Amino acid sequence: MDKLMNLKLKVWRQDNADDVGRFEEYEAHDISPDMSFLEMLDVVNEGLIESGKEPIAFDSDCREGICGTCSMVINGAAHGGQKGTTACQLHMRHFSDGMTITVEPWRATAFPVHRDLVVDRTAFDRIQQKGGFISVRTGSVPDANAIPVPKDQSDLAMDAAQCIGCGACVAACKNASAMLFVAAKISHLSLVPQGQPERERRALAMVKQMDDEGFGNCTVTGSCEAVCPKEISLDFIARMNREYGRALIKKGTI
Amino acid sequence: MELRNSIDGGRGLYDTFVQLMDFITGIFKTSLGRKYLMAITGAGLFGFVVMHMLGNLLVFAGPAAINEYAAKLQGLGPLLWVARIGLLGMVGLHIWSAIKLTSENREARTVEYDAAVEPVDAHRRGDIVAKFAARTMIFSGLIIAAFAFYHLAHYTWKVPQINGAGADFELFYVAADFTTTLEGGEEGKDHADIFKMIVTGFKVPAVSVFYVVAVGLLCFHLSHGLSAMFQSLGVKNKNIAPWMDRFAVCASALIFLGYISIPVCVLAGFIK
Amino acid sequence: MNLDAKIPSGPMAQKWDKHQFDLKLVNPANKRKYEVIVVGSGLAGASAAATLAELGYNVKCFCFQDSPRRAHSIAAQGGINAAKNYQNDGDSVHRLFYDTVKGGDYRSREANVHRLAQVSVNIIDQCAAQGVPFAREYGGLLANRSFGGAQVSRTFYARGQTGQQLLLGAYSSLSRQIGLGKVQMFPRTEMLDVVLVDGHAKGIVVRDMVSGEISRHSAHAVVLATGGYGNAFFLSTNAMGCNVTAAFRAYKRGAAFANPCYTQIHPTCIPVSGEHQSKLTLMSESLRNDGRVWVPKSQAVAEKIRKGELKASDVAETDRDYYLERKYPSFGNLVPRDVASRNAKEACDEGRGVVGSGLGVYLDFEDAIKRLGEGAVRERYGNLFDMYEKITGSNAYQNPMTIFPAVHYTMGGLWVDYNLMSNVPGLYVVGEANFSDHGANRLGASALMQGLADGYFVLPYTIGQYLAEVGPDDRPDTNSAEFVGTEETVRAQIDKLLSIKGKRTPTSFHRELGQIMWDKCGMARSKAGLEAAIKKIPELRAEFWDNLNVPGENGSLNQSLEQAGRVADFLEFGELMCRDALQREESCGGHFREEHQTPEGEAKRDDENFSFVGAWEYKGENQTPELHKENLVYEEVKMTQRSYK
Repeated sequence: MDKLMNLKLKVWRQDNADDVGRFEEYEAHDISPDMSFLEMLDVVNEGLIESGKEPIAFDSDCREGICGTCSMVINGAAHGGQKGTTACQLHMRHFSDGMTITVEPWRATAFPVHRDLVVDRTAFDRIQQKGGFISVRTGSVPDANAIPVPKDQSDLAMDAAQCIGCGACVAACKNASAMLFVAAKISHLSLVPQGQPERERRALAMVKQMDDEGFGNCTVTGSCEAVCPKEISLDFIARMNREYGRALIKKGTI
Repeated sequence: MELRNSIDGGRGLYDTFVQLMDFITGIFKTSLGRKYLMAITGAGLFGFVVMHMLGNLLVFAGPAAINEYAAKLQGLGPLLWVARIGLLGMVGLHIWSAIKLTSENREARTVEYDAAVEPVDAHRRGDIVAKFAARTMIFSGLIIAAFAFYHLAHYTWKVPQINGAGADFELFYVAADFTTTLEGGEEGKDHADIFKMIVTGFKVPAVSVFYVVAVGLLCFHLSHGLSAMFQSLGVKNKNIAPWMDRFAVCASALIFLGYISIPVCVLAGFIK
Repeated sequence: MNLDAKIPSGPMAQKWDKHQFDLKLVNPANKRKYEVIVVGSGLAGASAAATLAELGYNVKCFCFQDSPRRAHSIAAQGGINAAKNYQNDGDSVHRLFYDTVKGGDYRSREANVHRLAQVSVNIIDQCAAQGVPFAREYGGLLANRSFGGAQVSRTFYARGQTGQQLLLGAYSSLSRQIGLGKVQMFPRTEMLDVVLVDGHAKGIVVRDMVSGEISRHSAHAVVLATGGYGNAFFLSTNAMGCNVTAAFRAYKRGAAFANPCYTQIHPTCIPVSGEHQSKLTLMSESLRNDGRVWVPKSQAVAEKIRKGELKASDVAETDRDYYLERKYPSFGNLVPRDVASRNAKEACDEGRGVVGSGLGVYLDFEDAIKRLGEGAVRERYGNLFDMYEKITGSNAYQNPMTIFPAVHYTMGGLWVDYNLMSNVPGLYVVGEANFSDHGANRLGASALMQGLADGYFVLPYTIGQYLAEVGPDDRPDTNSAEFVGTEETVRAQIDKLLSIKGKRTPTSFHRELGQIMWDKCGMARSKAGLEAAIKKIPELRAEFWDNLNVPGENGSLNQSLEQAGRVADFLEFGELMCRDALQREESCGGHFREEHQTPEGEAKRDDENFSFVGAWEYKGENQTPELHKENLVYEEVKMTQRSYK
């Protein structure tokens, strides 16, 4: 068994959306390198509860890197900055004994803090509700093989569809832009033939909602792509821009 | 419907008009529309920067070449004004969208992270942190705008108080051979001595230094702006992105060298 | 208790069609006068909510996650079965039906399974139309693979993310209906009780997990799509938030809980690394296609490996025991999940485990790498090897993987009839939360199929019958005595949890319960063990209500409080699982009783006495629940004993 570590944590605490919030410092003792980052926080929280304090609130669910629930900025990097990794899959062996680790919530006006490290990401859902779908009624569909989809195109759609909607792109972007997320959704649906009838409408509606939610603009810094746990490519933003330009010319408005 | 019929009897002109208005609203009122605006005006301004540099480089071909070129440009008359207004429009839109986008970006992220970025994969820090040029576009842009204003005052409006050489460029004229200095020339009748203005202007070290710094900033601005332009216009992808980025860097570097070669040569005495 | 399954008469293949015609319809103009509550937004919940809204009903959908897109359906990797026969390899609705009944070890309801197989083909059509990027061949048509030992290729997949892609499809349909105003979505909202009015389920009481606000919602019918209860074991492949609360509180209100002892253990999970472990991660079963499972022949060698004195590569070929290949020469490493799991446990029980805790066996790719080359292995399993390295820090190209079984899926659930309605009128249960389709064991790639079948194609039809019967006026006021009373019960429990202020955290109780469940009601169960658990769990429960510490208050986001409520339910439910396991004096599917095995150590069913669904009725606090039986009649499939020798 590898050596246990002791760490210092500097964690953002905020009681509710209206609270101004502050950093608090904690010590994490006997941390095993085999723990995930969230398991390390679990250990700290157990200690806090036992000493009569309130535990650090943070979101997590599947803890296998697919549900997109966990959301925290670790030492300035969304999800901790390991390639293609969510915070729940980040393990403590990448940290060293005695280190101070700063943990902060996603920072974006469109993602208000609920409590501590828990933020409200329903803005993403609202963008999806405006156009992130193909309008098919259950039952009213052709046979699945009636519309062939070229493999390359389908694979590219899958590359975009891998987005888990965690919001790390927004968190990492200096402008809190949601373009990588929206681009992944628009690209996925515009790449499959089933998505063609609503193609322009979708691009216009989703971009409008994205703007209305108060996300910033893309200044092509690439930070989003670098922290994305599913490594969604910046190319999809270019594709979205193209889709949007096309929609503006063909349709103008929703 | 009534309005529509009263305009064109329902022949579709109204629809076209509405669609055009929607298009314009879409361009001006949405984030992606403004990025288009930014990219397109940026591309136009880049074109100007390149043409302007090529014109300036005629200085190496001697006074006649550059003075004749300037005279030809002046000779375009109304066309020159169209170009100037177009250029001004592009500058205006470029700055307007930049300020609008930047203020939105500030609102979108009001709280900065406390910790400096130190990712677990330390070597990925450079990928995660936005490049300096990308972070400072608004500043480099505004400084360039301020310089452009000074530059216009210096050489176009020929304000004597700011050239630092104690000379009045209004009095620099050449004869019809574009080489011989003409004392007491008249505006609109005689040709301006651009060559002499350049030499006199850049002989002042402070002016040259300011010029070099400003051109440096411009190229810094272009190094990010050019590559972002391809992205905003939606023509970038991973296969060609490296070439576009290389193009941005090389073009910026060439423009820098092209522009600064003039003050450098003037100061070094190669051009007199 | 009335356990009438309401199975339609007639030949098996025609039951569903006939039933669809016999079901009452709600007048299209009247649909908007109905309100339906859907709890849960996984595959079953999201598809049901979206489809009901498309039909014109007003839907309220609740989920505890921050977005309906995050339900744990998302974690399914392998794929979804459908009897499309696109591969022309002899698949058919009947074959899928037959395989599912057989795979369920003859403990599922035939008519439900047949319907599942029938609508499976529509699911693929539906999902493809939603834009789900299924794997395709170069010709543009859908690709299939064979999965979980099936002899036909009927599994559709989207890289290793089939669950996520299908859920995103259902979520997109749901989002569309939310946008259209037909579904009102309540994320971060937990259902804490179901409200019964005159014996009918007419609403729920929920807690807003951000503000702590308790609210009452009434409807004409309530649909539970709240998933499985694997987290009763504390450690499982389920998400942290998965819980039994909604189903269990419905049970306490009178809904029968069927076959709670049926749990599926997945053989290829990453072993527990220590006390801190919060959940287990599953690695695709496909690894067993090329990996060889082994432990050292001797305990002494295993001991040295555990202490780190020896490495796997130091163990000579002759000192290794490839126990699956040895015991099951024809299936080898590809024996079904339960067999592989039990054998791993056996090897570790003998002291031959190879990880620090003693609970882990090797899954070795050395031969595969020699035979195929590292490149080919990387191509097939690269993402799994990467995931393994991310979690364990060990490179599986150089050292064998270590694996151990973990709780994965629960076949039991609330009892439902053919219409997916529980014995409480107006209370429907879909997806993993019900018991109906998988019997005692679920086949790979069938969970996604069942969730979507229930939500898209079964419930939207069958619920119409009930709604038509009760009429549009049958929606009580939330200020009625029943609603107010139920809210009071909920508030009382929350207040109680917050007021104990003892010493122990909710997690510590949950972990202790999980250990009991895993030891006594896990892969192998015995009378003595189960009886011990039935004695121990109430003691732990008593301590919980005496010594629990939940910090904070109800009026804000309080994750300890949420967890405490769920653990409270698990502490009662765990006992019910043990009781069910105890009464089922046979081995079948995921339920293995040590007393009931063949001389070779295989599961031994007792069709004579146990061919029934065990449905439990709640009898009050600390009272022994009552077992009711729904006898299973097999018209189409002949029962046989499984053999993998």
